[in-house]
Amino acid sequence: MTKAHRTFVSYIDKSRDFYAAQGYDAPYRWATASTAPFTPLSKPLSERRVGVITTSSLSSDSALEPYVAPSLPAPDAMATDHLSWHKGATHTNDVGSFLPLDHLNALADDGVIGSLAPRFAGIPTVYSQRRTTKWAEHIRAWFAEDDVDLALLVPL
Amino acid sequence: MCHQTVGLTARHLEANGIPTVILGSARDILDEIAVPRFAFTDLPLGNPVGPADDPAQQRDILTSTLRFAEAAPLPQSSVVLPVVWSGTPDWRETYMSLDDPEALRAAGDARRASQQARKQ
Repeated sequence: MTKAHRTFVSYIDKSRDFYAAQGYDAPYRWATASTAPFTPLSKPLSERRVGVITTSSLSSDSALEPYVAPSLPAPDAMATDHLSWHKGATHTNDVGSFLPLDHLNALADDGVIGSLAPRFAGIPTVYSQRRTTKWAEHIRAWFAEDDVDLALLVPL
Repeated sequence: MCHQTVGLTARHLEANGIPTVILGSARDILDEIAVPRFAFTDLPLGNPVGPADDPAQQRDILTSTLRFAEAAPLPQSSVVLPVVWSGTPDWRETYMSLDDPEALRAAGDARRASQQARKQ
């Protein structure tokens, strides 16, 4: 099989063209780097405490600050309307499809992971990369309090 | 913007001693940021763990993501996870479609007017 274009969507290209068509002439400058930091996993998954980070919010009113909330019972709904996702092709009524707390709890029961952290974290999505990194530090501190040793980040 | 947000967050956590893995569906944004570990699901944005209302597939994808994280040997490790999508086949074309330029221009004008009104 052959084709003349790549299969995977480039969201950088799509959003640049989309906002240009809306009359925004200066394209957004996305974060870029050539190397990544790395902390090896020094103990097995079955002994690790997994903490989840989502970009969804507990309510539309609380979408502007990072937060932590109990992992269990998992919320049965989250606020996502303010985020950019494919609202024409899918839906977010199934929380497990983007915030897998119940799934992780089941994997802990099965011994695949050590445990699910007692709290999950949420981080707002903003254009400012400086604010994002500042909020990431709040989450680092919360996860350190909870002895999280593997963070699972799940963007919408 | 969700993917950039978690990419920057993962880099911050990882630099401060907490290992991370991202499970997401926008690979170009995360490739540009350079993240420690990334499992890619080629699905419409909104359900990175797996298609909505398919808990069995979600759990398989999640398990694969965690196994990948455990085995990833180097920073910027990534994996393309197998997914079964049975929804609309043209989802790649319909997201942020440019098919109606007049409507897009009008939407941009309305947004700018709203932003200007808030400043005054």
